[in-house]
Amino acid sequence: MTTTTTEPTGGTADPVGAPDPAPRRRRKGSGGLGSYLLVRFLLIFPTIFILVTTVFFLMRATGDPITAALGGRLPADQLAERVREAGYDRPLFTQYLEYLGALVQGDFGTTLSDRRPVLEVLTTFGIATLELTVYALIVAFIVGIPLGMLAAYSRDRFPDAVLRVFAILCYATPVFFAGLLLKLVFASGLGWLPVAGRASTGTEIELQFLDNPTGFYLIDAIQTGDWDVISDVLEHAVLPAIALGLLTAGIFLRLVRTNVIGTLGTGYVEAARSRGVAESRLLRKHAYRPALIPIITVMGLQIAILLVGAVLTETTFEWKGLGFQLAQYLQARDFVAVQGIVVLLAVIVAVTNFIVDIIAALIDPRVRY
Amino acid sequence: MATATSVPTEAGPAGEPDATPARRRRSWRQLPIVHQLGQSVGLQRGMLVAGLVLMGVFLLTALFAPLLAPYEYGQLRDAEGLFGAQQSPSGDHLLGTTVGGYDVLSRVIWGSRTALYVIVVAVLLSIVAGVLLGLVSGYFGGWLDRVLVVIADAIYAFPALLLAIIVAIVISGGQSSLWGGILAAAISITVVFIPQYFRVVRAETVRIKAEAFVESARVIGASNRRIMLRHVLRNATRTLPLILTLNASEAILTLAGLGFLGFGIEATEAAEWGYDLQQSLSDVTSGIWWTSLFPGLAIVLVVLGLTLVGESLNDLADPRLRTRRRVADQEPAEEGEVAAVPGGALTRGPAGVGGLGVTVAGERPGTPASAGATGAEPADGQVAGPDVTGQDGGGTRS
Repeated sequence: MTTTTTEPTGGTADPVGAPDPAPRRRRKGSGGLGSYLLVRFLLIFPTIFILVTTVFFLMRATGDPITAALGGRLPADQLAERVREAGYDRPLFTQYLEYLGALVQGDFGTTLSDRRPVLEVLTTFGIATLELTVYALIVAFIVGIPLGMLAAYSRDRFPDAVLRVFAILCYATPVFFAGLLLKLVFASGLGWLPVAGRASTGTEIELQFLDNPTGFYLIDAIQTGDWDVISDVLEHAVLPAIALGLLTAGIFLRLVRTNVIGTLGTGYVEAARSRGVAESRLLRKHAYRPALIPIITVMGLQIAILLVGAVLTETTFEWKGLGFQLAQYLQARDFVAVQGIVVLLAVIVAVTNFIVDIIAALIDPRVRY
Repeated sequence: MATATSVPTEAGPAGEPDATPARRRRSWRQLPIVHQLGQSVGLQRGMLVAGLVLMGVFLLTALFAPLLAPYEYGQLRDAEGLFGAQQSPSGDHLLGTTVGGYDVLSRVIWGSRTALYVIVVAVLLSIVAGVLLGLVSGYFGGWLDRVLVVIADAIYAFPALLLAIIVAIVISGGQSSLWGGILAAAISITVVFIPQYFRVVRAETVRIKAEAFVESARVIGASNRRIMLRHVLRNATRTLPLILTLNASEAILTLAGLGFLGFGIEATEAAEWGYDLQQSLSDVTSGIWWTSLFPGLAIVLVVLGLTLVGESLNDLADPRLRTRRRVADQEPAEEGEVAAVPGGALTRGPAGVGGLGVTVAGERPGTPASAGATGAEPADGQVAGPDVTGQDGGGTRS
């Protein structure tokens, strides 16, 4: 979501800050980077704990997963037998403790439909999602940052208006609709690009014969050294990457725009301007860099958006990643798998948020206090 | 009470109706949207007006769906027999028919109704819960406050669509009745948005609590309840319209996302755009465009309208982004407003909250900002202002 990129976060309590023109800054001498990292690290655990607990009790509020998956398809006594075998007839709280214990050991459960450990599902399909996310981020950077600067530069003039509408459209278009449109035009309409999948069948077979495939198709394709394979993989990636990337590009565009506008008005830019520095140089050298810091700080939140976007994009393009798999399990009513994947995604979000915060703290000393 | 009158313009739809007739007389220009409309110029006014028009069309479509739609949403045949599947647009079916043999135009029109239900339920639930929690939490502080802030931060980082899937499973076991689907989308949106309202209202409450007029009210002997509702709440609502529009667009996008993943509302129960898009997935491969284009456009236009309005309101509230009118045209009223706020810290001008940060990301869950905000307030009594920014990612995109 996008709308507010710049609501003034006021007050000195807010440490995540881009260039802060006001002289009032809060710096506590003692709270160095180390203690900040520690506190921030420790905060991951309550976050994950709360999420896991919420998901567990919500999922069990209506009954056990076996009844949900097989209810109506098995006679009642057999169903009860299955439920008892899986231990779902015990008190909920016992199950909860057991579940937590298993989680701590890295056991996210076993899927009901195909009897695979959820963790294995993650490692198999997660890499595909990672690949898609990386492509999308690249698109977002390439599109979002230059356009954002252009919009700031031509503030309130025609290009700005067009770009702002473009940014809002990026947000307003659900990724799956953007994906469908791209497919309509470039795949089934013009026939330039493949309709779906991560690679054509021939390529997938070729990639499987690699000695140690990473699962990241582009890396694997480069390993084969076969140009046809590489271009095949890239062709398949274009549309999903654009569909998912534009979503984030819109957000980057607005962020860069508002922050460049903000920094353009600050004292040091004013000073440079009064020295006779050209406007275009002001934009490129002075206002632009500090405006990028907020991008790093929103990256963490972007990860959550990207992951959910990936779930929908993968479904649109039959990109066999975590999201595609999640949709499959949903349709199979395999709620153990769903719960596992959801919890895993939540953990990923929490951890990436942590990492991004660390990076932000390293870059901008005002973050830590 | 000085303040209650001093910031009337900012009071969102959540603000209670004004009691005094004297105020009402001069205040139609000060109603949330009307005021901003007057304040805006040029491009910004264009965006605001465009957004309002889109929202108006959406509302009218939803209200008059039975009159506008040529057929029922679940209608497969008329007097002349079955409609037929995947018919291209024609006189009988202006936008063609779907793979299931429904009329696309009718389903697009009826879909606006479902979307409106979700918006109304989601926004009402999350405003009431979020504002109340934020008010209580910020006003009383203590351990309850800290616990709530930690929980809010945890949920805030959780992708809304994933939560929606879970809630959909809980509410309807994945079965999709009309109200099951609507409630699933609405409640999951509510859960994700409560932290957003909560944070904003809580931060404002903590700030306002320290103001002199609250102090005086307490000295006079006003009850906590009265202070909270009359003195604090009314002054804490200025960013709510913005979150509200975000909230509404998230609600639509989540509903559509659920539908697209196969958790939508069945075609026989109601029309839902995301469900129709999912059904059209296979059509796209064979080049059938009308089944996906129109429901998708409907989603885009509604979210676009909401976003344009939200965006404009945000920009108008932010002095750095507001397109400035030449000084001569400046309405004096605006200046007055600033001065009238006790403490002056509220808004506007380089010294106010607005001038402080070019920040965007705002505080994020788990950053020390929020950790710090739990307990210690900064020495100078200023607290993280309305952090609408964090929005940028808390929710989910669909």
